[in-house]
Amino acid sequence: MDRSNPVTKILRGLALLAIGLFFLFPLFWVALMSFQTNEQILRIPPSIVFEPTLSNYWALISGRLVSTAGVLEIKFMGNLWNSVFLSTTSVALALILGVPAAYAFARFRFRLSEDIAFTLLSFRFAPPLLVLLPLSLYFQDIGLTDTYVGLIWVYQLIALPLILWIVRGYFEDISPDIEHAYRIDGHSWWKTFTKIALPLARPGIAAAALLSFIFCWNNFIFALILASAGKQPVTVGALAFVTASGIQYGQIAAAVILSILPTLLLALYAQRYLVEGLSLGAVKG
Amino acid sequence: MAELNLTAVDKIYQSRGKPPVHAVRSVDMAIGDGEIVGLLGSSGCGKTSTLRMIAGFEDVSRGEIRLGSRVLNELAPAERGVAMAFEGYALYPPLTVRDNVGFALLRARTPKAEIERRVAEIASLLEIGDILDRYPPTISAGQQQRTSLARALIRRADLSLLDEPMSQLEPQLRAILRARIKDFLIEHKMTTVFVTHDQTEALALADRIAVMEGGVLQQFAAPADLKERPANLFVASFIGEPPMNIMAGEIAGQEIVIRTVQGEKAFTLPAQAGDRPGEIRVGIRPHRVRVGEGPLKGQVVSNQWLGDQTHLGIEVEGVLLVAVTDGTLNIGIGEAVPVALPGDALHLFDAASGAALRHGEVSAA
Repeated sequence: MDRSNPVTKILRGLALLAIGLFFLFPLFWVALMSFQTNEQILRIPPSIVFEPTLSNYWALISGRLVSTAGVLEIKFMGNLWNSVFLSTTSVALALILGVPAAYAFARFRFRLSEDIAFTLLSFRFAPPLLVLLPLSLYFQDIGLTDTYVGLIWVYQLIALPLILWIVRGYFEDISPDIEHAYRIDGHSWWKTFTKIALPLARPGIAAAALLSFIFCWNNFIFALILASAGKQPVTVGALAFVTASGIQYGQIAAAVILSILPTLLLALYAQRYLVEGLSLGAVKG
Repeated sequence: MAELNLTAVDKIYQSRGKPPVHAVRSVDMAIGDGEIVGLLGSSGCGKTSTLRMIAGFEDVSRGEIRLGSRVLNELAPAERGVAMAFEGYALYPPLTVRDNVGFALLRARTPKAEIERRVAEIASLLEIGDILDRYPPTISAGQQQRTSLARALIRRADLSLLDEPMSQLEPQLRAILRARIKDFLIEHKMTTVFVTHDQTEALALADRIAVMEGGVLQQFAAPADLKERPANLFVASFIGEPPMNIMAGEIAGQEIVIRTVQGEKAFTLPAQAGDRPGEIRVGIRPHRVRVGEGPLKGQVVSNQWLGDQTHLGIEVEGVLLVAVTDGTLNIGIGEAVPVALPGDALHLFDAASGAALRHGEVSAA
């Protein structure tokens, strides 16, 4: 490609701008909507000039949705807390289970190792609806329906395969000789795992944790079927804004903004661990 | 410092769906206290597997490995009292070269001043004094290798294992460091086993060399013995550059009949009284082939001058031999030269088993 050609440069700039607008404009529009009343949102033609209001956010935080049909109690903050709690504990559990498993799959060849790893990956192939019916029946039988434990357990279907396969790749990239060197210098197997293998795979673990957090956060169908209002996350909770008297666009927009914030902040925070991976990449294998 | 004994050690790699790989077959080795031993062989010969079994990174399938009075088989690497330099260097990336080198001493609670002194000593020995404060990813492969070597040598462990310790170094530096490392190992009486595929390195550094092929220990002997008294055809043709000339032949009565590749009789050499009749292989090192005198008629087919010696390809009555002579020889290709194969330079091997029968004991008749 001719980098000095100004026409290509301008065209590339335009293309990037178009892509940026295409993906970011809806988000921008939703952000604007969240500061408008339903009337302002629905006026024709739409305008970006308006008097901003915090009423949507206030309604969400106070849990009282005032509409033309009356006052509706909503539990959005409860949903938000559920999302945070479910995603965090699911990822934490998946890390505790998945990282040592990934290490085992990367370092040791044992009977059925590939089959087990592949079975875990296959959880991601099946559409969730396929497993939901039997799962909801089982959950009713063993009393896991509408419990955090049940949801966290089901969320392992999402988080565990991701963590296992991403982190396994990172462990495989680390030369086992570094661990050997550490062991021969007089350290136990466990210390080698925690002091050498884990820190060297940290960028991979961070990336996998972030991804599976986002996937858990965005999950809709498991929580919709397996939990009732009290345990549901924001993805399901947002359904409450579709009321008998109409769709509350302003509150939905505010809810979207609020529910994006945690993942966005987490991604920004995890970024430095992701970048750190590059500076450690010079380990000869 | 201790002696190392390998008794009937086997390594078999099992993997599902594939036939097991017998990487090391019944290896016996007794290595003395303070001895420097080189494991020499081509890739896949089992030398690295042997080293890794001693270090404890591979299970011993059968047999026993003993260091001093301790059996190592079931001990974790940390408990073996072994130091190792890895072929892939395996340096700790977040630590400086200085901390990498001093790492094991720090763990052993060596006083700080002592660590500093020993790091400085080993750094000047291996010429890494100028990069002590750099990080492994920012230094060259050769520097990483020397750092890895320093990290192993500084421990002065009971046993030091060095896997291809100098493969990444420039030839000049390699020659200098070889001598320095050998002095260091001797000075501290360090029992050392190193793996290499470079025979110059093995010959220069080792007290004894173990030649391996196909997982089998072919010969374990001093460098001079490997050259002068190779145990079998493999060792004979593996050790030495250019390799030994090997000719097919047969002992018939009072003479050795040498045949051409086509199986026709080429020429005869005198046999010795004890030689039993039968099919044999006759070897002679290129520098022992005498050119310019002798009973055999040769014709030069190639002439390469390599600076301080000349490699000649000579067809002797239908058998192609390589001869090495010092200095320049003004013989053109196609010219006839007389050739002699002195009797005391001949090595006889059994044709079927490859085992050595005798080594040039008889003088030329």
